[in-house]
This record gives sequence, C-alpha cells and structure tokens, in this order.
Amino acid sequence: MKTFKLHAAMILLLGLIFGFNPACALNAEQEKRYYDLLGTLRCLVCQNQSLADSGAGLADDLRAEVHKMVERGLSDKEIFSYMTERYGDYVLYEPPLKPHTYVLWFGPFILMLLVLLVLLVIISRRSRMEDRGAGKP
Amino acid sequence: MRTVKSSMLKRGGWRTMLAALPFLLLGVLLVFLSFGLGRDPTLVPSPLLGKAMPAFEQPQLGQAEQRLSSIDWTGTPALVNVWASWCLACRDEHPLLMSWAKESLYPIFGINYKDKTSDALAWLDRFGNPYRSIAHDEQGRVGLDWGVYGVPETFVIDAQGLILYKHVGPLNAQVLEETIQPMLTASGIETEEE
Repeated sequence: MKTFKLHAAMILLLGLIFGFNPACALNAEQEKRYYDLLGTLRCLVCQNQSLADSGAGLADDLRAEVHKMVERGLSDKEIFSYMTERYGDYVLYEPPLKPHTYVLWFGPFILMLLVLLVLLVIISRRSRMEDRGAGKP
Repeated sequence: MRTVKSSMLKRGGWRTMLAALPFLLLGVLLVFLSFGLGRDPTLVPSPLLGKAMPAFEQPQLGQAEQRLSSIDWTGTPALVNVWASWCLACRDEHPLLMSWAKESLYPIFGINYKDKTSDALAWLDRFGNPYRSIAHDEQGRVGLDWGVYGVPETFVIDAQGLILYKHVGPLNAQVLEETIQPMLTASGIETEEE
C-alpha cells in the first residue's frame, strides 16, 4: 500500500510536470478506483510494469483511456473487457478463470493434495511398521 | 522371519520410487523450461484474430480534408501496416514493403501511428510509398482499437475485412513468403469462388 501511494504520487507529479494531470476531473473515490485499476493492468511495452509504473508512450494513452472510463462511471468489468478486447487476457495481472487456465489456478492445490496423500501413506506405513515391531517379543 | 524380509523388500521398492521422484519432477520441469526457452514473451497473441478489423474514420495522410474509413479497405485481401517515421524498425522492413507493392496482387494499406504529417510525408518521399492509402492516426486512437503495442505491426485481412493474422515487429522475407502469402492466396481464391 505504501509503495502504491508512492507510485500514485509519482504519477501525479509527473503529470503535473508534463502538463498532463490525469486526476483533475475525478472525485476522491473515482481517483482511488483509477489508481487501483492501473495497478492491475499490465503495460504491453514494458511487460514487467503495470500501467501505473510504466513510462512508455502506450501506457500514457491507456492511462488516459482508463481515466476517461472511470470518469464516465464504467464498471471494472467493462474496463477490463475494453482492455482484453484489444490486448487479450495478457493485460490482466490476475488471469481470468477459463478452461485453459484451470491448471494455473488449480494446479498448486492439486499438487498440495498429492503431497499430503504421499505424506499420509508414509506416516500410516511407518506407524504400522512400528506397531508390528512393538508386537514382537 | 520370512514376513519381515518380504516387508523389507517392499519397503525397499517404495524407497527407490521415492528416491526417483525428485529426478522425475526435475525431468518434467526441464521439459517445461526447454519449451519456455523457445517462446518469445514479447509476442502477445492478438484477441482480434478472426474478427472484423476495428472500424475507424480518420483523415487521409497528406489530404486531411479526405476521410478514410475501414470500409474503404474491404473488398480485397490485403496487408495493413502500422508504421511511423520515428520508428527505426519500420525502415528495416520498408524495402520489403516496396517490393511487395510492386509485385503482389494484394495492396498494402497504412496506418500512420502517432506521427506528424510533415514527418510522415518526408519519410515517404525519402524511402518510397508502398501504400495504397494511409490513415493518419495522430492520436493513436486507431492503434488502441487495433491493439497496437509496438510499431511496426502488420495485419493480414481478407476481402470481408476479417483479421487473419498479425505480425509484430519488422517483417522479413520468410514470414512474407511462407506465412502471409499463402494466407492471402487462400483467402483470395475463396473470394473469387463466392
């Protein structure tokens, strides 16, 4: 949260310096939504940066676009679909739940279950072995 | 005594399996990693493939009073090339586009992306103009709708204006000959039959 605030402040500062002030027409609630959204969208030019962080020209354009959509009161879902219609699911930092992302979403849990299963088998075997050992004279 | 021995053997089998497990997992990991090596993460698949080209109406480059719209680009399979005078990689692919314009049946349409008219026209004067018509997208609005994230980008469209393919980055002879040309030929034959 702290870094996020820092990013927001940096964007604001840059905006003021370069004469583009994105947060001029938004109320406090909209502004918070705007910055929250920027943090969840990937910049396609510098792929390890979110729209909030990136200094690429395209990120400027997309920020302006998100700003407009927030101003018009579009829902998160509408804004995300605007982005994915153009750039694909890749722009979302959180991938949507779809058949081809099932492995991504459920894989770790399945792996964990498997490990638990293996663990259970080992423990039960060991305890059975110990029982047998204890029963011996 | 016998039972103890057989259970020990069993236990031994279990143990070797367990010991082999990390190597097995390593193998799986290596297979995934080797696939990952061959991928180019900067290539983002376009969600526009198979869909109609996003509609636009823009001034024509150099003739601002004339409007050019996506409807003007339908009716023939074609290439749509997104370029700018400030884009160095566009210079690399330009000779290929020039020879394509001379030799191919299929036209190249241009989207001049985030560029000044004077710069763009000077660039065309210097390097030649392979485009049948050019939409001037000074604000990058058309680029946004087309999902452009790195010029040059080249789209292949069919006669109905559906996007068949997208190439990100400068074109090369191999992509043009082996991927794009067959695609255009196939869709061109289809439209003739219709």
